[in-house]
Parts: sequence; C-alpha cells; structure tokens
Amino acid sequence: MLLRRLSILILLLGLTGFVFVMAGARAGFLVMIGLGFGLVLEGLRFGFAGPWRMIVTDRDGRGLIAQFIAIALVAALAFPLLAANPQELSGAHAPVGLAMILGAFVFGAAMQLVMGCGSGTLVNAGSGNLVGLLALFGFIAGSFAGSLHLGWWTGLGSLPVISFQGLFGAQAGLVVTLAGLAALIAVAALRAAPGKRMPPARLWWAAALIAALALANLVVAGQPWGIVYGLGLWGAKLAQAGGADLAGNAFWAASGNAERLAESILTDVTSLTSIGLLVGAFAVMRWRASPGDPAQPLRAGSYLAVIAAGLVLGYSARMAFGCNVGAFFSGISTGSLHGWVWLVAAFAGSTLGIRLRPLVLRAAPTSTQVSA
Amino acid sequence: MTQRFSTLPRPLVGSLALIALALILALDLARSGMPDLFTAPAPVALGSGEAPSGAHCSGG
Repeated sequence: MLLRRLSILILLLGLTGFVFVMAGARAGFLVMIGLGFGLVLEGLRFGFAGPWRMIVTDRDGRGLIAQFIAIALVAALAFPLLAANPQELSGAHAPVGLAMILGAFVFGAAMQLVMGCGSGTLVNAGSGNLVGLLALFGFIAGSFAGSLHLGWWTGLGSLPVISFQGLFGAQAGLVVTLAGLAALIAVAALRAAPGKRMPPARLWWAAALIAALALANLVVAGQPWGIVYGLGLWGAKLAQAGGADLAGNAFWAASGNAERLAESILTDVTSLTSIGLLVGAFAVMRWRASPGDPAQPLRAGSYLAVIAAGLVLGYSARMAFGCNVGAFFSGISTGSLHGWVWLVAAFAGSTLGIRLRPLVLRAAPTSTQVSA
Repeated sequence: MTQRFSTLPRPLVGSLALIALALILALDLARSGMPDLFTAPAPVALGSGEAPSGAHCSGG
C-alpha cells in the first residue's frame, strides 16, 4: 500500500509540475485547484446530484444544505471581489431564456439518470465508476454538439443578462443573495426529516473547502469555476482532429473561443480544473485501503442509455449556460439571475429524472437469474 | 458477458479514464503545439491588470 500511495503522490506532483513547465504558473495553480476539487469532492463525498435526490426520496436535506452553505460562503467574498476588481474578475453571468430554462430542466433529469452532474461525472469517472466514464464520453460529445447549436437556441428568446449587482448594487445584491440562500436552507430543513437536517462535520468541512477552492479559482483565473466549456472544447478538438471545420460556426468563430480552439487545452482555465478534478478523484480512490466495489452491473441497453443520457447532459448544459457548477454554483455565488432560474428548472427536471431512473437503469440479471 | 464487462474493478476503470484524458491531451499538444510561455498570463488574475479570457460556460 505504501508503494501505491507513493506512486499517487508522484502522479499528483508530476501532473502539477508538467503543467507548470508546459503552460506557466497560472495553469499550474489552476490544475492544483482542480486537484483540490477532486480530492474534496471524492474524499469527503460532497456531491450535487445525490443530495438533490436524497431530499426527494429520503427527506435527507443535509447534503443540499451543505451546497447552499458553500455557495453562500463563496458569495460573501466573491461579491466584494467582483465589485472592487471589475477589469480583472468576471462573474458567471448569463441571460435567462427559453432554451436556458429547457436546458436546465433536461440537465436536471439527465443527471439523475447518469447519477452525476457536471463535476459528478468527472469525479465518478476518475474514481472508477463505469457509468461515470461512459457518461463522460457522452458529456464531451454533447457539450460540443450543444455549442454548435447554441445560437439557434438562444434565438428562441432570452432576456438581457441580469445580475443582482445590476438590480440592487453590489452590497444589497449580496444581501439579497444570502437571504435567498437562507430561505432555501429553511425550505430544505422544513422538508427534511428530523435528524436529517444538520450536515455532519464532514460536509461542513467539504463546504468550506469547496468554497475556498472556488474563490481561489476566481482569483487565479479571473472567472468562476466551470466545467462545461472545457468539455465542449475537448469535443471540438476531437472533432477537428477528425476533419471537422469549425471556422464557419458562430460559437467557435467568436474571438475568445477561436483562440482557445487554436491553442492547447493547457491554456483553457476550465479544462485545467477539470483535468485536476478527474485526477484528484482517481487519487482518492487509489489512496484508500480498498477502492470500493465496482458500480452495480447494468443491462447492456442501460449502458447505451447512460451514454445517451451523458450526451443529453452535455448538450443541455450548453443550452443552459452551464451545469450545476457553472450555472448553479458559480452563477448564484457571483450574482447571476440565471443561476437561480437554473436551480428551479433543474430541480423540477431532477424530480422527473428520479422517476425515470429505475425504468432506464436496469440491473443486469444475476447468474442465478440467467440460469433460471 | 455484460456482467463481466460491468464488474470491471474501480482501479481499472479509473485508469481507463486517465488514459483517455492523456490521449486527448497528447492529441491536443500534437495538433496545437506547446503553449507559448512568453505569452502566458500573469500567475494570478487578481492584481494583474488583465481581463479574463471569457471562455466560460456562461458565455455564448
């Protein structure tokens, strides 16, 4: 076990050193932040999709409340940072629109089918969950496909970008955000069963660490934590390698995106944190004395459904201007109205996904059942 | 057959994820070339005077 843990440390140091040398200090810091996300999410079992399911099925609000606490901690510092440094830092602000709401709803449903959200899919894949790995392939393809059609979807109708800073000012916007999160915590606590309201120490630590890492992401990258953009970029890179010409696509021809497409993914901030996240989750799984049981075997058709759901997950996240990380976590914590709308729409979709899950994910028959 | 496929141990599946990631990175570096360190951004955006890249999920 000592040798295995030593090799894990070498992997983590090697990755960090490689990125530092290849792409510079900022890229190195960002991959370290990503590693931190992976270590905390997998090591302390902090997730997004699971708690959204638990509050519905088990009336367990502890994980959900921990999410709101983490977002509030980030908001408390992100609002003043954004207000004081508008040239260097930007929030995850996006417009509310028909496609955005539809995308968030579909994302919520799909994330219950693949048992993971944006960050959860990376964590699950890195920690050796086959469903997560298959969903990740679908997610990469889906978020790229979504980027190709984003202009059409947003053309269906959307409001201008609305932020709480714009509506109320930086200070009052923060107060409104924190009040909204407090109200959500109260609703979750009321819904939860006795004994399933107060997060355990593990989740308090996780919420604080995730908040610290998200703030570090904002300070180092100049923009909040995100997932979908990077995965879509990986899909675009693979499509280009396969001969696709993206110069004529409005999304990829836009200056910032064209620049990312032309340069290495080691220059893309969301790619760097996602790389770190996946490797960090792998490191936790290998660090443990036992890596845990394999994911429950599914029927072959269910694995195809997982890939399809992963594709839908990526596509809908692109429509919705982000997943649970870029839209929900980073959107709300930096004052974007679209983050709040995303939460409502995705939660509604999540309740549908919980109902669909047993119909789509069907366990493989046991050997006894097969022989019978 | 399905069951054998799906009970792959976690270390193996996790390793496959890392290999897939390494392949994407290798393909990218082969096609895009190495990043130019002379044009690399400041280590930390805050205090750098530079605008963020804007390549984010919330962007259109």
